[in-house]
Amino acid sequence: MSAHDISLTVNGEAVREAVEPRRTLVDFLREDLGLTGSHVGCEHGVCGACTVRVDGAVVRGCLVLAVQCDGARVETIEGVSDSGAIADLQNAFEKRNALQCGYCTPGMLLAAEELLAAGGTPGREKIREHISGNYCRCTGYEAIVDAIEAVVQARGGRK
Amino acid sequence: MKPRSFDYVRVKSLAEAVIALARHGTEAKIIAGGQSLVPLLNMRMASPAILVDINALAELRGISLEGGSLRIGALVRQAEAEGSVEIAKHAPLIAKALPYIGHFAIRNRGTIGGSIALADPAAELPACLLALGGEVEIEGAKGARTVKADDFFKDLYETALGPGDVLIAIRIPVPSKDMRFGFSELARRHGDFAMAGLAACRDGKSARLAFFGVGSTPLRAKKAEAALAKGSLEEAVAVLDHDLDPPDDIHSSGKVKLHLAKTLLRRIAPELAA
Ligand SMILES: Cc1cc2nc3c(=O)[nH]c(=O)nc-3n(C[C@H](O)[C@H](O)[C@H](O)COP(=O)(O)OP(=O)(O)OC[C@H]3O[C@@H](n4cnc5c(N)ncnc54)[C@H](O)[C@@H]3O)c2cc1C
Ligand code: FES
Ligand code: FES
Repeated sequence: MSAHDISLTVNGEAVREAVEPRRTLVDFLREDLGLTGSHVGCEHGVCGACTVRVDGAVVRGCLVLAVQCDGARVETIEGVSDSGAIADLQNAFEKRNALQCGYCTPGMLLAAEELLAAGGTPGREKIREHISGNYCRCTGYEAIVDAIEAVVQARGGRK
Repeated sequence: MKPRSFDYVRVKSLAEAVIALARHGTEAKIIAGGQSLVPLLNMRMASPAILVDINALAELRGISLEGGSLRIGALVRQAEAEGSVEIAKHAPLIAKALPYIGHFAIRNRGTIGGSIALADPAAELPACLLALGGEVEIEGAKGARTVKADDFFKDLYETALGPGDVLIAIRIPVPSKDMRFGFSELARRHGDFAMAGLAACRDGKSARLAFFGVGSTPLRAKKAEAALAKGSLEEAVAVLDHDLDPPDDIHSSGKVKLHLAKTLLRRIAPELAA
């Protein structure tokens, strides 16, 4: 099948590439752009390891096709790390041991940031619900919830 | 796994979509949110020759009140619907059901129309549409038509949609003031498809009960509806034995599902009381 030309921005930089329609967004980011911070787990939407942002919304990188992202604004863990936008969240994860192998962490951080960015002061139940689509096979989640809760308190409901 | 190769076209108008679908027949598949289709592609359980991407069609967006019904465009994302004031006000049953669909990242992308078109027997929205007595607007090669929810869900993943048809919107009659709504489901984990679920509404005169996860389509329990309309919950629960005959599946036996259905009816009964 013929490749399609797409232009989009990835972490603020303009990108032009030719992609096969069957290329998923997460494979495009990892294989074609070398952005390996987004991980690949189940490839059917269940684990959340591939979490990225498309036009501001957190989505599954394995369930969006790269060819669908022509004209889109894509952000990955590399982008939000470099900009410092989630430095407090990353510090809280480190301080509370909210990561062990780190496989789930990029997705977990982006999911958590979406909840934090909505403002307000979500409690532990709400935090758990929001990360329910992101699997962690190491930590048992408790430390992750602790870390997110600490940032909720520290940001004090600011968006 | 990775999908097999396929071709891709992002259509710019509804007319273009209908032409592309007519040209490729059963070889083509519409992609909306992709949250059910892409897993099937990745697992190679579906391998269409071409995907027709409808995401650019403005005609399929938007939520509006039109002549006594609430019209929800097929491309309205489930997350957008969750935040909609109109849906909360005029279709509270749908507002209750939405948070049960998958996870927030799935709902950010998944569409209302995709869920209705797929018609997973354990999905929330098809049951809501049925309970609310809604309608489906369809555009196809032979023009536009409207199908009532009661006639839309035919069999397992089979609906009134033919291969060349595009689901445009759903319509929900704006409820009377004394209408009450109840929604509940039982799943092993938050975000999983339900083992059994119930979407229901009731006013002074009548009740509509749509069960899901207990058959090959969402199912109305008409004997139980009649009993409930008379005000007898116990009788409604008892006659579910005749309304439903759930098959066994990998989660549970049919007998367990029937038990769960009865539990759900008792659980939401207070919500349906005036
Ligand atoms: C991990 C996970 C958990 C999930 N949990 C749930 C859940 O609990 N409950 C639930 O209901 N769903 C669940 N889903 C599915 C999700 O809700 C999907 O978004 C929805 O079923 C399909 O919508 P879509 O827009 O993504 O459709 P797509 O995946 O794009 O399409 C689905 C099917 O419908 C057809 N189609 C789509 N739009 C149209 C249209 N306008 N006209 C004609 N045909 C069309 C497509 O050709 C395809 O066959 C889950 C998905 C995942 C990955
Ligand atoms: S790899 Fe995308 S959700 Fe698991
Ligand atoms: S830290 Fe290993 S999967 Fe979460």
